[in-house]
Amino acid sequence: MACRTCLWLLGTTFFTCTVRLVVEGVVGSNHSQAGGGHGSSISGIQIVTFKWHHVEAPYLIALWILVAGVSKMVVELNHNLTSVIPESALLIIIGWILGGIIYGADKMQTFTLTPTVFFFYLLPQVILDAGYFMPNKLFFSNMGAILVYAVIGTCWNAATVGLGLWGCWLGGAMGDIDIGLLQFLLFGSLIAAVDPVAVIAVFEEVHVNEVLFIMVFGESLLNDGVTVVLFNVFDAFVSLGGAEIDAVEIIKGIISFFVVAFGGSLVGIIFALLISLLTRCTKNIQIIEPGFIFILGYLSYLTAEMLSLSAILSIVFCGICCQKYINANMDERSVTTVRYVMKVLANGSETIIFVFLGISAIDPAVWVWNTGFILLTLLFIFVFRFIGVFLLTWILNKYRLVPLEFIDQVVMSYGGLRGAVAYGLVAMLDENKFKEKNLMVSTTLIVVYFTVMLQGITMKPLVTWLKVKRAAVTELTLAEKIQNRTFDHMLVAIEDISGQIGHNYMRDKWHNFEERWLCWFLMKPSARKSRDYIFNIFHQLNLKDAMSYVKEGERRGSLAFVRNETKADVDFNKKFRASFSEIMPDIMADNMGPDHVPLSSILQDIVPSVCLDMHEQDLTMRESEDFNAHHLLQQHLYRGRKQHRHRYSRSHLETNRDENEVQEIFQRTMRSRLESFKSAKMGVAPAKKIQTKHQKKDKPQKVRGEGTFSPFLHVRPHSHPLIGNVMCMLCNFMLCHF
Amino acid sequence: MGSTNSTLSKIPNVEELMQETGFTPAHIVRLYDRFEALDKEKTGHLRPQDFGAINRLAMNPIGDRIIGAFFSPGQETVDFHSFVRTLAHFRPVDKKRPKDPSMPEPVNSRTSKLKFAFQLYDQDKDGKISRAELLQVLRSMLEMQVTEEQLESIADRTIQEADLDKDDAISFEEFRKVPPARALRLTYQHGAFAAQGTQNTKTCKVHAHRK
Repeated sequence: MACRTCLWLLGTTFFTCTVRLVVEGVVGSNHSQAGGGHGSSISGIQIVTFKWHHVEAPYLIALWILVAGVSKMVVELNHNLTSVIPESALLIIIGWILGGIIYGADKMQTFTLTPTVFFFYLLPQVILDAGYFMPNKLFFSNMGAILVYAVIGTCWNAATVGLGLWGCWLGGAMGDIDIGLLQFLLFGSLIAAVDPVAVIAVFEEVHVNEVLFIMVFGESLLNDGVTVVLFNVFDAFVSLGGAEIDAVEIIKGIISFFVVAFGGSLVGIIFALLISLLTRCTKNIQIIEPGFIFILGYLSYLTAEMLSLSAILSIVFCGICCQKYINANMDERSVTTVRYVMKVLANGSETIIFVFLGISAIDPAVWVWNTGFILLTLLFIFVFRFIGVFLLTWILNKYRLVPLEFIDQVVMSYGGLRGAVAYGLVAMLDENKFKEKNLMVSTTLIVVYFTVMLQGITMKPLVTWLKVKRAAVTELTLAEKIQNRTFDHMLVAIEDISGQIGHNYMRDKWHNFEERWLCWFLMKPSARKSRDYIFNIFHQLNLKDAMSYVKEGERRGSLAFVRNETKADVDFNKKFRASFSEIMPDIMADNMGPDHVPLSSILQDIVPSVCLDMHEQDLTMRESEDFNAHHLLQQHLYRGRKQHRHRYSRSHLETNRDENEVQEIFQRTMRSRLESFKSAKMGVAPAKKIQTKHQKKDKPQKVRGEGTFSPFLHVRPHSHPLIGNVMCMLCNFMLCHF
Repeated sequence: MGSTNSTLSKIPNVEELMQETGFTPAHIVRLYDRFEALDKEKTGHLRPQDFGAINRLAMNPIGDRIIGAFFSPGQETVDFHSFVRTLAHFRPVDKKRPKDPSMPEPVNSRTSKLKFAFQLYDQDKDGKISRAELLQVLRSMLEMQVTEEQLESIADRTIQEADLDKDDAISFEEFRKVPPARALRLTYQHGAFAAQGTQNTKTCKVHAHRK
């Protein structure tokens, strides 16, 4: 296995090396031939010519993308390796190797990560991916804390690092370099920002809880607003020179922060509106629908950049705001396409970014070593990050109901990784204004390597170490396993009941506004109407079905119902589809015309099929023979929501496997509630009787009638008849579910 | 903070409630807002239907049991005090509390948490979890494809392992013999490691592959 890996690696590098050498060689020879060129000196017709210059640029681009992809493949060969060292670190190492090869061939670094390529062609899709898959509820609930960390935290980092370095320079720790306070502050501002690309890459392997995750992730995305402002302001200050700075300029700087941040977000929101409106009208061109998302997303980025606003904030908010509407408006295949393509682009870009970060280092022209500067920078960003996070968390915890614990804070501080954005910014500096640009570039590279590689590698062990102090892992008995799972479910239920997310006047107002106006404006009429009508119809149908179900039960006696009877089958799903087409004409009547909304997609998305189907699959006999109770528990215990939480992931597209589980649980709960109403009417305590009935049955026929415990049992129908109760309960239930 | 005080004044006996449960005023206010939001008809009491309206609970295998736990036997409604008292079980354990046998057990102690969990299993409140009751819980927590025989076998084995006095039922004392950390999981937490189950799912995937 290790041999294969080595062979692969060697093979790949030799392949790329030879290709490159060939290419370089041909380029060289073509250049010499170029002088001869076309025209009168052609001696005869050439059957085949080697037209390198013709294809040079696109060929190189394509080749590099291929190389990056192959590097990722090499990296992913060995899973044990990737669980110890994060992928990003390995990619950087491959970048070093490739850079070494190129340098060896060329004696100069022909390929580096240029700011233009990075900011215009590699970064936007990564951020769009982050915005589009952002768990919105979580994000907005924690918005306050995220903003505090992003704005105040970044300013704190920038100021302290800049001032600290300046102080040390004054103290002579760095020797003699041509630099000033403003340049230090600028450097501080660009090195202070936590990088979204690096953060995701590392947190992918380390499973932390969602609140912590969203804090770090949200911070890394939103701090761009601050970074851009600080960078531009200090850049302008450096150009102006120290003497020109007075209070007016500083005030202008502060105002520009608000303008840049809010302006960028506004641009993003406008583009999100555009995208949603556009997808409303694209039903005839479903095949190219997905393209619009990417183009408009990219345009939002460029527009913000053009207006000197924060481009990252723009594209993030574009993704965040348009999620819901485009998913509702577009055909389900388009939605799938968008999701996959988004991941492909984001992953690809990230790979290329890290490989090039590695390659760019192998360039002696860039390296300036100043021990004091570099070491002090590393120290300061590390220490001041910890201080900043702890300070801000201490303040925040006074206002939070569920405080952020010590361990969370440690992970948050340690997870403040710097990455390619810092490198891109530093590479954009003007050498004439910044004499020490190369020193800054070198330092930035070292900081990036340090954080991505060292902190990335040690993050997981740190987390595990902290975790181990809490609980020892021992072999559990059956009872303990069941209890653990029960406790998990309990916790989730209690959190739902007590409304952890919190109940808020503003949130309700926004929700109402959004339901009434935005959905009307931005969603396709069919999508919207289906949402409304479907649940109205479901409502009606369910009542009818519930009534027939109950009547059936009354006719047969309650217990016959529990058994596997075909006639007791009330498949809401099928009934729904049949009746829907009857009722559809009514809806169709008001101007929907040839609007054909695929029923299955609506049902899938919006309505869990409530199927009181009593048939279950029969398991074959062999399974009943030998089984391990532990194994069964592990395989088949419902996992509960904590482990299914929406997690943002760069490389995995969640295909929602928990949907089946949720549907199953949902059906059973519904069934048991209905049954308890029925039993309440019958005056029969269902639980005990069901058991005896089971024992009388023959073995092979499997029955999963539920021991119906339900609090709804306690409620005796007062003045309403049973049907009324069932209707009320179902109505309530359906209404609130959507 | 003015709004907190005004809300607090709306709740009768709020001082006593805070004393008993240990919630801070801010918590009580939050819970009161939640209570009011659930109580759509403004009756001052919650009925099972109000809990049923929390759609996420329908997706919880033991959701209905938990709802039942809020209601004392025979009672059909829950008032705010009972609501808070039940939720108080889930407050973090007060580590600094001196062990004073003469004082009543606080609501959020380890024992109380376990008792709450025990009552979820023990529906007929006879102080023991019988085989039938265990079967019921297992049924609701396992996927549909598990057969009756398998269920019964698991239940039998579980009782075998846990039952020390061989009466074919699990009493509270036997239930209590749970390693300390487990009970403490019954706490509101946003610790970095709340998603503890990831290790388990990985191992069970390995099993699946081998099969």
